[in-house]
Amino acid sequence: MDMSDAVIRIESLRKEFGSVLALNDISLEVERGNIFGLLGPNGAGKTTAVKILTTLVRPDGGTVQVSGTDVLRDPVRVRSLIGYVPQELTVDPYLTVQEHLRYYADLYHLPAAARDSRIQQVLGLVGLAGQEDRRARHLSGGTKKKLDLACGLIHRPPLIVLDEPSLGLDVQVRQDVWNYILRLKEEGTTVFLCTNYMDEAERLCDVVAIIDHGRIAITGAPGALRSQLKKDVIAVEIASSNESQREKLDALEKAVSQLAMVQGTVKDGTQLKIYVESNETALPQILQSTAALSIPIRTVTYSRPGLDEVFLHYTGRPFAEERERDA
Amino acid sequence: MLEFAQETKAQLVRWMIHLRREPFNMAFNLVNPVILLIFMGGAFQGLARDVMGGDYRAYLLPGILALTAFGNSMAGGIPLLFDKENGFLLRLMSAPISRASILVGRFLAVNINTTLQCLIILGLGLIFGIRIATGFGGVLALLIIGLLLGFGVTVISLILAFVLENHGDFFAILGISALPVSFLSSAFVPLDSLPIWMRLIAWVNPMTYAIDGMRSLVLSGWDRSLLAQMVIVLLIFDAAMFWLGGRVLRRHLA
Repeated sequence: MDMSDAVIRIESLRKEFGSVLALNDISLEVERGNIFGLLGPNGAGKTTAVKILTTLVRPDGGTVQVSGTDVLRDPVRVRSLIGYVPQELTVDPYLTVQEHLRYYADLYHLPAAARDSRIQQVLGLVGLAGQEDRRARHLSGGTKKKLDLACGLIHRPPLIVLDEPSLGLDVQVRQDVWNYILRLKEEGTTVFLCTNYMDEAERLCDVVAIIDHGRIAITGAPGALRSQLKKDVIAVEIASSNESQREKLDALEKAVSQLAMVQGTVKDGTQLKIYVESNETALPQILQSTAALSIPIRTVTYSRPGLDEVFLHYTGRPFAEERERDA
Repeated sequence: MLEFAQETKAQLVRWMIHLRREPFNMAFNLVNPVILLIFMGGAFQGLARDVMGGDYRAYLLPGILALTAFGNSMAGGIPLLFDKENGFLLRLMSAPISRASILVGRFLAVNINTTLQCLIILGLGLIFGIRIATGFGGVLALLIIGLLLGFGVTVISLILAFVLENHGDFFAILGISALPVSFLSSAFVPLDSLPIWMRLIAWVNPMTYAIDGMRSLVLSGWDRSLLAQMVIVLLIFDAAMFWLGGRVLRRHLA
């Protein structure tokens, strides 16, 4: 009997595809009622982890348990505990909204008596009430995503697994989807989601695990991860936009890197982000450097670190670069 | 068992909705058989009357029925391949269902569709004045023979859906399979008139047996020994395909 309140328990999970190690010794626990985020760039191993969790891919090593049930020992039970919404849209263009939900109600063995009221409930939750008879092919991309979500909720699963829930959605739908996820948490549902959006992880997740090249770099609450860093970020934006801009930025980076309190730098367009232990002492010195190099400055901003900085700190690489490379 | 029925019903309902809202797909499979029945029937009607005697279109009808059953069954796996390609299938697999329900649901839908298409061909035959010698019982028997042929072919198609990587390959196989399979049978001319190498292939083609059985029902009457032989051959063919399908699909749907 599993005494702890872990809905998901993954220990030393390993998965290889040919010579590629997709997941390398992953261990994590997800507590009941939490929203847990697996955050990382494309190709980090997030989808592989989800597919193992949802019993679609067999692990090569380690164990994965959902509510105490091993995914290999009793996959059918694990499937009945999970509502899985994959990254890509999986609606059938010929079926209406209502037909989709009836279809999934049958796949999850809902009794006929409970079916229709549950369908209405789920439609209400994702804001699709009144659209029962519309065919999926006539729905907008955002509405299709909502339907996809509704299908994953039909059997009232204790665990929802979402792979990139807001990928490709416009701002309004994205906000809606976030609200549904938060409402699920209020209802006591545990949510496991994968994302490569920092803001999504920050906004939704109680706990975030940063995954990079198949390894978990760090796990913790977003706030705790940020405050643990003991870092401030100073962003210097230079004014010039001509050819010499890159050289000036390079020169500034070189100069500030020699300062004792500077822990790291990242270039981002016309901006140089400088990570420092404390901005009060660092700021005057950085400004001195820019004056000495006679670099015209447009803005200087200071901020507390975000999850980007957490990612940089624990993986040694800026997150933005990762995304560009994979795109 | 009850759960399996519920899952299979869900799959079947989905395909029946497709059939209702996408009737063009059914029309698509009927294009070749209808063209053959109307134009080939028309073109050879006179010639065949002089050489073979009798109504060539009536002679052709069983071959057209078999071709219809073959074509529809052979295309039957394609929607599952699309499901595989666009991620629908994977999501389905994350549900606590028996994998067999996906196959059984599709299998039933394909064969319901085959029966409807054979009825359309029979109706067309009626318009051309073809009378079935064995009457209403014969029509029923023709549909059953179409299914006996279609069962095994549907399994081949389901296997292809999971073995092939993309639907382009599937359409290629589909495009080049129907005509040779028909010509290497007794669909258009009597077996005796085929060259020996074609006759040898036709002899192992289950379609030949289905067509010969159907032809006896359309043209002459109930020939028990011929029908019994046909049923045995088709059942052996179906059993072999089910066995093969069970082996291959178990691996692909684990």
